[in-house]
Order: sequence, then structure tokens, then C-alpha cells
Amino acid sequence: MVKEIMSGNEAIARGAWEAGCSFASAYPGTPSTEIIENLSAIKEISSRWANNEKTALEMAIGASIGGLRSLAAMKHVGLNVAADPLCAVGYTGVNAGLVVVTADDPGCHSSQNEQDNRLYALLAKVALVEPSDSQECKDFIKEAYEISERFDIPVLFRVTTRICHSKGLVELEQPGEMLVKPYQQNRGKYCMLPANARVRHVAREESLVELEKFANTSSLNRFEWGKDRKLGIVTSGISYQYAKEVFGDDASILKLGLTNPMPKALIKEFCTGVDEIYVIEEGEPFIENVVKALGFSCTGKDKVPILGELNASIVRNALVGHKPQDGYSVDVQAPPRPPVLCAGCPHRGFFFSLKKNKKRIVAMGDIGCYSLGVGEPFAGFETTLCMGAGISGTIGFSKALEKQGDPRKVLGMVGDSTFFHSGVTSLIDVIHADANVIACVLDNSITAMTGHQVNAGSNKDVQGYEVPAIDLVALIRGLGVPDERLRVVDPLDLKAVQEAFDAAVAVKGPFVIVTKRPCVLIKEVARANVGRHCQVDPDKCVGCKACTLIACPAMAFKDKKSMVADPASCTACGLCMQMCKFDAISRVGE
Amino acid sequence: MTKNILLVGVGGQGTILMSKVLTAGLAQMGYDIKMSEIHGMSQRGGTVTTQIRYGDKVYAPGIGEQEADVIVSFEKVEALRALPFLKKNGIMITDHHEIYSMPVLTGKAEYPSNALESMAKEVENLYIIPAMEKALELGNVRVQNICLLGVLVKVLKLDAVNWKEMLADFVPQKALDLNKQAFDAGYAMI
Repeated sequence: MVKEIMSGNEAIARGAWEAGCSFASAYPGTPSTEIIENLSAIKEISSRWANNEKTALEMAIGASIGGLRSLAAMKHVGLNVAADPLCAVGYTGVNAGLVVVTADDPGCHSSQNEQDNRLYALLAKVALVEPSDSQECKDFIKEAYEISERFDIPVLFRVTTRICHSKGLVELEQPGEMLVKPYQQNRGKYCMLPANARVRHVAREESLVELEKFANTSSLNRFEWGKDRKLGIVTSGISYQYAKEVFGDDASILKLGLTNPMPKALIKEFCTGVDEIYVIEEGEPFIENVVKALGFSCTGKDKVPILGELNASIVRNALVGHKPQDGYSVDVQAPPRPPVLCAGCPHRGFFFSLKKNKKRIVAMGDIGCYSLGVGEPFAGFETTLCMGAGISGTIGFSKALEKQGDPRKVLGMVGDSTFFHSGVTSLIDVIHADANVIACVLDNSITAMTGHQVNAGSNKDVQGYEVPAIDLVALIRGLGVPDERLRVVDPLDLKAVQEAFDAAVAVKGPFVIVTKRPCVLIKEVARANVGRHCQVDPDKCVGCKACTLIACPAMAFKDKKSMVADPASCTACGLCMQMCKFDAISRVGE
Repeated sequence: MTKNILLVGVGGQGTILMSKVLTAGLAQMGYDIKMSEIHGMSQRGGTVTTQIRYGDKVYAPGIGEQEADVIVSFEKVEALRALPFLKKNGIMITDHHEIYSMPVLTGKAEYPSNALESMAKEVENLYIIPAMEKALELGNVRVQNICLLGVLVKVLKLDAVNWKEMLADFVPQKALDLNKQAFDAGYAMI
């Protein structure tokens, strides 16, 4: 048997391939992104980066109804966007198997919250599968397709950051044949008008009863009886690994992998067989509530934190007790190292200019690399909620400020990918409301934060096929924004950005600014910049520190002079040159 | 017996490549392995951490405080930041290379001048390795990671694997010789 070291995300992709999945769609979001990136390498599987998670899931539902085993993947907050189709397909069920991967992010490694999406399985009345490592990611995906087709139900496949981004050895099997389940018209099943939906609800409740019977016998849920039956641990997902780490192989464990519907008979049997019960799970008391509802008292969220990500130490400290302190400490502090905008990042010019205008412009942010503009020294915006809110939020916020006599104009910003995701509908609201706001699209030609995925503005898709690129500026014009209320500027041209702000503040009503410059980490851009960098002439530098105001990580201020300390990361973007009044900075390697 | 290795550095320094080569080698030696790396926002110049655990059977992918047998740090203050994770009598391997974070560059925080001295007073097994300097000398800063791999292989006596041969699977052909040289240089450093 071939064994390979795989991340959870790689293993999910591999499992889907082995299961004969032939359609996959997703919107990039950490920690889920690599699933589609790995699937897209397999030519037989039609893989797509969708515009958002809702369209991703809808595409996959279409493929499932049409007869292809399909998969949609997203980060946990993405499922909020896709909740509408999820709850509908919970009623319709599937034709070919449908797996929806939700990659939750306890600990908020790169998210705005740490919601536990297992709760969606209850809401949408879908099956819920939780693997605990890479091997199970692969194996359980295959099982999930079987469950989906056998019980005519979508499967929510719940993983977390630590599973997605941890690697372990995985035994590989042969890729499966791409099965097609012939499409059969069935309006009563797939048209969720009220009369049909009521009928489908009945069918779903019945199938959940059948699925629970299956859950009680499925290999996804298993007893691991140890020598010790005084204590019994009920756990699922990554928490299983922490339980094994802390309590060892002697502990008795009920390891759950199929958790909606809950295998209640199995839980009862296990809990009856032990004296004391610990429920170890990350996030919400999802299993614990069931154990308690079955009449068992247990230790759970009263000791194991509901907050953040668990690890073996946290579980040990909560349930066994603290280890004595026996490590090293020194009295020297490491200075903080927060993530920053890269050297040469086009957003830097925008945020520097925005800061200069803070007396007359107040800004709302959004999700993407430009989220980093909230940090010092730019402190570029006041809010970050969810994708698209940077634009639509301005409509209400500007009204509120207006009623308080605050003369500042409200600005909202989204990136190009976020604009396509949901910013475009927000902008339609802005225009239709004739809101007195500035809507900015910071177009860097890529979905950057998640690691450079193509988007609707790209002329290639995830599998490298040529596709028509959506012209973002033409789209905005098409919404009726006249030329005098639209500026397209290079964000590294500080004068042009300032003029755009001036023009935007001078008029009442919507104004749109599009900043256009590709991310410096895009391969072609990076290649073109190799060898180019700026340098400071120490004889001309007077040490005024003006160039440090742009907070470029390639620059340093040492011995009362500025210097390009990291020429390898400098892209010669020239922003520092625009700051210098003494002509001390020049480009080399042109 | 499970061994825990922590790799720490700054986004872009190549910790991930080093962990890929290392885990492939450990797999070849027949160990069970868990490796954990969190990426996302931390790529943008922030602190990066890779956790590698190997042994007969490994469950949890992460390494808690006072649990690391070995820490390899690609940057000086990152070693300092990771120090609470080092087990008593564990091994700290750190490059003395300095990378200034934004709070340091903007004068909001100070880069400590005595990081290594203060660690040397406490940590019995401290190896200060000029891997970045060596990489520069060899002609490419990007081989710092493979130089540090050479050091680690020597320290942990992981000689059952032909690491240099394995490098061919992970680095471009034209950079292979350079990486082999970096590995040898690291191996010879202690």
C-alpha cells in the first residue's frame, strides 16, 4: 500500500478523486483553499473557483441533480453565505452524492469568528461527518458519498484548521471511476415550492430516522474500549487526537465520526458502560448536549474551554491538572511581529493617502489583504465584518453620521475578488440608494490573501483553461456610474490617489474609485521585479524619516539615515521616492 | 517515544520547504509523523511556526509549551519567542540572523541586543548557527533552510537517510547542487 504524507486538505481532494467525484467548486478561504487547488490538478474532475460560496454550492447542487458526484468547499463563514442553498438542498436531497466541506477555524487563525458549523447540520437537516486526521479525511469522504446517495441527503463534512493544515501519512487507493447517475426529471423533489417542500420535509424527517439507525452501526462511530472503564471519553474530530494524547491507549473512548443524526443508542450503550463521562470537543457543546439530553451527567464545557482552539496541553490542564513548570524563561522580550503589507504592495499607496485625508473621510474595511491596513501606522478603517460589508455598510453609516452632523464622507473598500464575491451587489445598493459615499475597489488582479487564486477578473480558470475575464470597470460603468463619478488610478501614484479623493469629497452622492495594480507576489510580476530595488544615497539622506511613514518592511532607519535594508524584497515600487523631498532615493536594476 | 521538533521563522524564510524535506526523510525511516503548519495571514511577514512530531504512533499534531525536544529558529528573536516551548534540556538551534518587524522599524518596539546572551545563560544546549551568512556566501539566501536542515540532521543523528539525494524531489534541478552544498555546510557546522 502506497503511503504519502498529506495535509487534511490534500487528503480530502484525494478522497473525492477516489470516490469518483467529478465536479468541484469553492470560493477560496483559509483553511479550505487547498482542497480545490489539489482537485484542479486532476483533469477529469471539473473544478471551479466560484464567485462566492453560495454560487459554489449551487453549482455543485446542479451537478449532483444532473448526475455527477460533486463537492463544494468553503471556510466556516463561507457557509453563512451558502446557508440558503444548503437549507434548500437539505429538503430536496441529491441525485449523485453531494459533499459540502466546511473548514472551521477555532482560534481565528485567519477569520473574523470561530463559529462551530456543526450546528448547521441540525439547521439544514443534513448528515454531518467529522474526520480526525488526514487518513480519515480521505476515507470518510468516500464514506460520505455512500451515505449521501444511500440516504438521499447532502453530507456536511466538517474539518478544522488543525486538520486541514496538519499532515500525516495516508494510505492511498486507486482513483475511482467517474460514475454518472443518469438525470431523471423529478419536479416534486427538486422544485421547492411550498406544496412540494412540505412533502420533502416529511421525507427528510423519515430519512433522518433511518440514517440514525445507520449511525449506530456505521464504522464512522466506534468504541475503543480500554483497560479502564471507570472513565469514558466521548469525542469527535481533532479532539479525539488530543484525548488519545492525554489519556493514552488505556482510556475508553467513543469516537464519533458521523454526528448528525447523533448515534443515540451507541452513546447510551457507551455511557452506561462507564462510571464517569468526559466529553471532549472543540467549540460548542454539540455532543455534550446530546449526552445530557439522554440523561447522563458529564464533564464537558464546564472544564474544556468553549473559546479558541484546543490542544493536548489545554485538554490536560482542564481535565487532568497542570504540569509543573520546568521550562526556560528569560527576561528579554521578543518584539511583536504582526503580519504586514508586503514590500511593494499596491495597497500601501492607497492607505498612506487615505490616512492623509482622515479629517474628511472615515472608512469601512472588508476582508482581504487590505485588512492589514487597519494596523499602525495607517489605521486605515473603522470596521471589518464580512465580505461585502465594506461597501454596503457605508449606506447606513453615512446616514447615521449625517444625522449627527458629522461632515466626514464615508468610504468603503473591497478588493477585486471581494467585489465579485458580494461587493457588486453592495455597490448596486449604493448606486440605487444614491448614497453619499465613496466606494473603492482595490483591484490587485488576484485573490491574494488566500494565496493567489484566480477570480472572475482573470482570463484563466483554476485548471488553466482560457476563460473570458470580467472587466470590472466596464461592469461598474454598466451599473450607471458616470465618468465624472468614477476614477481609475494607480494606487502607487500618490498624486493621482489624492486627486481622486478630492474629486470624491467635492460631490454629493456615490463616487467610485478603482485602484488598479497587480499584487507583487503574482509570479509574473515578481519575476519582472527580480533585481530591481531602490537605494538610499546616504550623502543625500538628511534623516527626516518621511520615507518611513509608508511603513515599508524593506526599509530601515539606522544611524540616523534611511536605508533599503532588504533589497531582495524591495520591488522598486517607488513609493519611498515620492516621499523623499531630497531626491535621496533612486531605483537600481532597471 | 515521540520526538517534537519546532521550526520557527518569519513568513517567506522557507520553513515550510525544510519541514517537507524533513518529514519525507522521517517517513522513509519508517516513523509515524504528524506535521502542523498554520498558514494564511501569517504569510505576510508575520511569525511562522511548523510543528513536527515523529515516533511509533503520533496522535496530536501540535506541540505545547515545554514539549519541544528541538527548536530550529531561522531568526534570532523568533528563538526567544519560541523559548517557552522548549523542554528542559531540549536543544535550541538558532540562526543569529536578524529581521526587523514593523513595530521595530517604526520605533514602537525595540529589537533586543542581548537575546542570544540571555538565552545562553539559561539554555544548556544552545547552538548559534550562521546559516544565513553561509547561504549568502554560497550565493543564495534561500538555501538558509537547507543549511539548517544539515545542522538538525547532525544533531538528531538522522543519518539513515540520504538527504542530499532526497533534495532532488523538492528543489528545482538548477538549484540542486547549491542546496546540497548548503546541506553539507550545515552538517559540518557542529
